[in-house]
Amino acid sequence: MIQADLYIILPEIVLALYAMAALLGAVYTTKDGMGPVLVWTTAALMAVLAIWIATQDSGTRVAFGGMFVDDAFARFAKVAILLSAGAVLLMSQDYMARRGLLRFEYPLLVALAAVGMMMMVSAGDLMSLYMGLELQSLALYVVASLRRDSAKSTEAGLKYFVLGALSSGLLLYGASLVYGYTGTTLFSGILVSAHHGEVSLGLLFGLIFLISGLAFKVSAVPFHMWTPDVYEGSPTPITAFFATAPKVAAMGLFARLMFDAFGNAVSDWQQVLVVLSVLSMFLGAVAAIGQRNIKRLMAFSSIAHMGYALIGLAAGTQAGVQAMLIYLAIYVTMNVGTFAFILMMERDGQPVVDIDALRQYSRRDPGKALAVLILMFSLAGVPPMLGFFAKLGVWQAGIDAGLMGLVVASAIASVIGAFYYLRIVFYMYFGAENEEPIETRSSPVLWAALMGSAAMMLVGLFYQFGVEGAAAAAAATLVN
Amino acid sequence: MEELLREYLPILVFLVVAAGLGIVLILAAVVLAVRNPDPEKVSAYECGFNAFDDARMKFDVRFYLVSILFIIFDLEIAFLFPWAVGFKDMSDVGFWSMMVFLGVLTIGFAYEWKKGALEWQ
Repeated sequence: MIQADLYIILPEIVLALYAMAALLGAVYTTKDGMGPVLVWTTAALMAVLAIWIATQDSGTRVAFGGMFVDDAFARFAKVAILLSAGAVLLMSQDYMARRGLLRFEYPLLVALAAVGMMMMVSAGDLMSLYMGLELQSLALYVVASLRRDSAKSTEAGLKYFVLGALSSGLLLYGASLVYGYTGTTLFSGILVSAHHGEVSLGLLFGLIFLISGLAFKVSAVPFHMWTPDVYEGSPTPITAFFATAPKVAAMGLFARLMFDAFGNAVSDWQQVLVVLSVLSMFLGAVAAIGQRNIKRLMAFSSIAHMGYALIGLAAGTQAGVQAMLIYLAIYVTMNVGTFAFILMMERDGQPVVDIDALRQYSRRDPGKALAVLILMFSLAGVPPMLGFFAKLGVWQAGIDAGLMGLVVASAIASVIGAFYYLRIVFYMYFGAENEEPIETRSSPVLWAALMGSAAMMLVGLFYQFGVEGAAAAAAATLVN
Repeated sequence: MEELLREYLPILVFLVVAAGLGIVLILAAVVLAVRNPDPEKVSAYECGFNAFDDARMKFDVRFYLVSILFIIFDLEIAFLFPWAVGFKDMSDVGFWSMMVFLGVLTIGFAYEWKKGALEWQ
């Protein structure tokens, strides 16, 4: 019995054991000298685990009496999490090493955060949900303040920690109310109790608190205020990590909780998600206009993108979840490429985050400028790029679910938001000459990530790498 | 639902008693205590001599580090205690789960030791 359970969580066990063994191995040998090696081994292990999970076709399996669920939905999210975390780790190596930040704990903390995220998307119980969430969050608090001697980085870590603790508190309060009014922490048990029309006021309060706690984690408005400061203060590779894997994990957990535990009461949470979604899209679109710092700009961009992804969830249908998963996959790909470029931006060896520094960039490096142009068009959702089809997917699901108003609002927000993405393109191609141009130092990994991600935005139109089929299967297992 | 809530009745009773006792003790001090203040009695007291510095000063971060390391083992005891109390009825899985937990904690301890977090210099 226990052997079967352990076999189901084998990928998580392997990654956790690796992290612990590498921690001891490094601390008893050359310590930080092991940093570069551990970055590569961690990324390689993540890639291997992603392939292993992707090729498993084991249907839906349940371990530990329902507390851990391994189904197509969890596998889809886990592959996205592992691949993006591995890619960001590789991208960060050069940047971190040159600034003396490549401590050997860094790749291991990312690995432990990945274990937490895998736990989150597989949670089948409020307790395993919380355990995964905290394992992820604790690792992220530490990496946010990795640059200990920088006031901004420590501020980012502290802000993230305090607000993260607050959101965990909200989530736990909601979980206790849900447990109090249903008598169980198992999602399958809550699903039976929480039928539409029979949701008691106390249970509704619990649901709202749970949603608030999770909205913090996906940085949906009005729970977004930590995002810009944390994105700005953290070292750039950490920002890249924050913008990718944890967002997939948090949205995956959000979807799992809503459907597995409250799937019979869609109309009770739908309106809350619609509000979160509209506010996120508009704040993300409007607030980013004033930003000159590209990391803050990407923070507001991620807030807006989470708003679009929430449309798919708010639809409350299988097509909606499928659209949300595809949206997340495309969003992560775009962000990996964009952050690969931000990591390259520097002047005299110092990182540059001011978007004015990009003026006339296309003259100096037309190849990379073209890749950034494609990524910006895709982030903005300009039609021939993949980012547009991601939006189209969630809009289609929204219209089918009768959320016409939400879709119209989202289209308006997307037009407003296009301004700041296109402004970057404008600066690169038509901006006035800047007296202090940037150099873009590119390592082969960064170059491959930027070009690969940009190419994906075009290739994805013709060949989907099986993402659509996998997302459809994932959505089908979650909703039914 | 009723059954579930009844199980929690002792906790409610405990909360009421705790709150009641607290209020009674505070009120008793207000109502019964003899009060005869003079300037010496109401001034700040610091180990026998006059307070010479602001209490809001910077502490060495190492105090914090030591207390955090202490808390980890404090929590370990909080976990171990109910486990030890229920040892008689424990399954193998229960036993080995705790052994795994202790193993993970030991790894953390070995790490912090080797990392030099326990040295005060």
